[in-house]
Amino acid sequence: MRYLPHSDAERAEMLGVIGASSIEALFSAVPAKALKTFDLNLPQHSPEYLVEAHMKALAGKNRAGSDGPFFVGAGAYRHHVPATVDHLIQRSEWLTAYTPYQPEISQGTLQMLFEFQTQVAKITSMDVANASLYDGSTGTAEAVLMARRLTRRNKIVLSGGLHPHYRDVVRSYLKDDADLECLSASPEGQGDILDHIDETTAAIVIQTPDFYGHLRNLKTAADAAHAKGALLIVVVTEIVSLGLLESPGAYGADIVVAEGQSIGNALNFGGPYLGLMATRKEFIRQMPGRLCGETVDADGQRGFVLTLSTREQHIRREKATSNICTNSGLCALAFSIHMGLLGEAGFTKLARLNHARACALADALAGIPGVELLNKTFFNEMTIRVAVPAAPLVEALAARGILAGVPVSRLEPENPNVANLLVLAATELTTDEDIAALVAALTEELA
Amino acid sequence: MSMNTQGRPTGTGTSGFASTSGSSMLPNEPLLFEIGDTEHSGVDLPDAEISTSRLGGFERKSALDLAGLTEPEAMRHYVRLSRLNHSIDSGMYPLGSCTMKHNPRLNEKIARLPGFADIHPLQPVSTVQGALELMNQLANWLMTLTNTAAVALTPKAGAHGELLGMMAIKAAQDAAGQSHRRIVLVPESAHGTNPATAAFLGYTVKPIPARDDGTVDVQAVKDALSPDVAAIMLTNPNTCGLFEPQVIEIAQAVHDAGAFFYCDGANFNAIMGVVRPGDLGIDAMHINLHKTFSTPHGGGGPGAGPVVLSAALAPFAPVPFVRQHAGVLELVEHAEGDSLGRITAFQGQMGMYVRALTYMLSHGGDGLAQAAQDAVLNANYIKARLAHAFSVPFGDYPTMHEALFDDTFLAGTGVTTLDFSKALIDEGFHPMTMYFPLVVHGAMLIEPTESESKQTLDRFCEVMEELAADAKAGNTERFTAAPMKAPRRRLDETRAARSPILRWERPEELPQAAE
Repeated sequence: MRYLPHSDAERAEMLGVIGASSIEALFSAVPAKALKTFDLNLPQHSPEYLVEAHMKALAGKNRAGSDGPFFVGAGAYRHHVPATVDHLIQRSEWLTAYTPYQPEISQGTLQMLFEFQTQVAKITSMDVANASLYDGSTGTAEAVLMARRLTRRNKIVLSGGLHPHYRDVVRSYLKDDADLECLSASPEGQGDILDHIDETTAAIVIQTPDFYGHLRNLKTAADAAHAKGALLIVVVTEIVSLGLLESPGAYGADIVVAEGQSIGNALNFGGPYLGLMATRKEFIRQMPGRLCGETVDADGQRGFVLTLSTREQHIRREKATSNICTNSGLCALAFSIHMGLLGEAGFTKLARLNHARACALADALAGIPGVELLNKTFFNEMTIRVAVPAAPLVEALAARGILAGVPVSRLEPENPNVANLLVLAATELTTDEDIAALVAALTEELA
Repeated sequence: MSMNTQGRPTGTGTSGFASTSGSSMLPNEPLLFEIGDTEHSGVDLPDAEISTSRLGGFERKSALDLAGLTEPEAMRHYVRLSRLNHSIDSGMYPLGSCTMKHNPRLNEKIARLPGFADIHPLQPVSTVQGALELMNQLANWLMTLTNTAAVALTPKAGAHGELLGMMAIKAAQDAAGQSHRRIVLVPESAHGTNPATAAFLGYTVKPIPARDDGTVDVQAVKDALSPDVAAIMLTNPNTCGLFEPQVIEIAQAVHDAGAFFYCDGANFNAIMGVVRPGDLGIDAMHINLHKTFSTPHGGGGPGAGPVVLSAALAPFAPVPFVRQHAGVLELVEHAEGDSLGRITAFQGQMGMYVRALTYMLSHGGDGLAQAAQDAVLNANYIKARLAHAFSVPFGDYPTMHEALFDDTFLAGTGVTTLDFSKALIDEGFHPMTMYFPLVVHGAMLIEPTESESKQTLDRFCEVMEELAADAKAGNTERFTAAPMKAPRRRLDETRAARSPILRWERPEELPQAAE
């Protein structure tokens, strides 16, 4: 067994030092009836090449994004990840380090987190960001709970443009909570969330670009929320959009939650992803998750440590702000390296390129008979209405080798109003040929 | 005894640090924002023509001030930073309760196959049958190793798994008209996530004291049980490295009282393939794929915390999950029946599932059992070798996967557990877990894992013995001043917390000197 260093002779020698007659003697505290009374019906150990063959066979049964035209988005986006990013995150010192509890020998991870927090704060135009959460959806649930702690109010209103999965996660976290209002789906970008704010409201949650691709007016939302003493939580599932769009912080957002997967991280069938969270300086003591801060060492040299841990479970136990300990460290590293490679110039260019590809896609779709484009505004994603149910249409297009997007009914099966809606995304990887292939196939299917 | 420092490895091997602070080989690295600027970029992207913007007037009006680096600059920045880290690959990482085992690189290679890395969570299910099959295979391994009825794969980390497990318990009791059960029993030795999770769901936490031998007394549990108790959260093997000898009786008592048994599976590495938690009577247990099944810790995640469930809790499992139907695999994405719903946007940590299954297949059932046995062997070996120089809190019992010492042996030396651990850094080892579990004074919790060779363990023990002797000999400064050879000396954590600096700010332009 290639991962186990001991020879049988060494095992015997070690048992001798311990003074144990056998390895079983070390398990003497285990009740006899629970100790290996079973035959494990599992395969035996296997050489590397056979394991690789097994896994390659499984991978081969999946259609990769690179296999053909690809327009799937809805909260996870297919972008190019520079080779440098993937090389660097596989370095032993990044990949196989633990959470940086011993700062003297973790300055690499800690300085990176400080840089990451700075990048996220700048992109969102907020005062401070944490060292990441699991993903955007759980981050949204954490933000809702944080808003309740901050305002000591209970009512939460979720916009009808919030990603349905995010809404469902918040619902699970706040199980049976009468103070949670989930507004009905708003595929046309309409919304009456401002009418739902009152003196009991802790926060309203608005996604922009929203699930259907529309850009939402954060300024009026922030003003309306603040007028009633409520907080505005802004959710961003496509972080690349902030290369081109004004930051939520500039409009008055109180907490910004984002999915950071688009920068530096592959699709990975849904995880691991990267939850970003940023807020105002005065709110940090109610913020969940790790925070990295600057300090000095005994020689007066600048250094970094995990800080404000009195918020956290290992100190506060049942009084902690959250039970979170692990974050998404390596995904944050990938994000930070990619963002460092982009810089302001590259990030802006990438965002412009995404918007340009989406404009090309939108114009092409709008020209297809039987396709109605619902968006007046969008960044790199949009919703169309077709004359037939979208789910079987997507299957038919997949059979033609085109992954045409996400039928809204897959996320909202109970809502008949969205059965014919399809959400499509374009990124820098979307070519004119991809769009032409989609248009041709869609035209035929709808004919 | 004196330590032979001749020939100590300085590159690979057990010594993580070859250089002292600020040496030419480990220069201080400026911040990204101090070396980059908004003009430089390490990517080539075409300039996009946008004839008619659809941004609706929401375009950015101000600059972000985001620093960029060219590719060679970025490579050097992140390589230099990386060298300031200790890692498993550079030296032993004996952190108790963290299971810092070897991370096979085959796992990394497999996780990067386009058929796994480049598939979208919402692409048609017909195009991801291999991914669903992989999830099914992983689920089968986990259920087989634990003898349980179901597994929820989606939790993103151990603490998320705890949350899911307790949500399932809550859902089951709500469904049974038992919503009045508002108390969760948590032993004092438990990890902080346990009470934090219970409180997160609105439960009142009731601590259970540890016995003198570090384990939980079934009678103490019986005394604490009442019709208002929802569950017990018990770590087994526990945080003292001991298998709970009365765990079956505890499970029985908990069930007799109508409550559930949540088992914290953080220490499953000690018993995988040797003991099946389902045989002990557990109802839910999370498994940290990043501990037990070798997925990398990555400097603090991503983790993965699948939760195995008993038949009683299985109906409450979250969506999505994989189901076989008419010869094809389907993904159940919407709650049916009693399912408690969705706890994360997509299918969970697929990248970690791939790595964990690769590890399982490499080891096989036989290899996993051998790994658990070797992990226990290594911990007992350390305990046996060091018992004469250190103080063992709970007497002469075999331990499981970790060796626990208290600070009695340091009495009167002026050296604390913290000082002692920091001195270990100067010898090339990562410190052990300190001051945890809380039930032991000045705790030092050492978990070598199965990955360490006898040679490395011997070397570690020699260093530990030499340090203990030096502390007792009164060479206090070696400890209180440590570390001296790390990239940084001790950092001022009080200052960091008192006036937090959580991001870089551009230094103010220096005012012009007065004429």
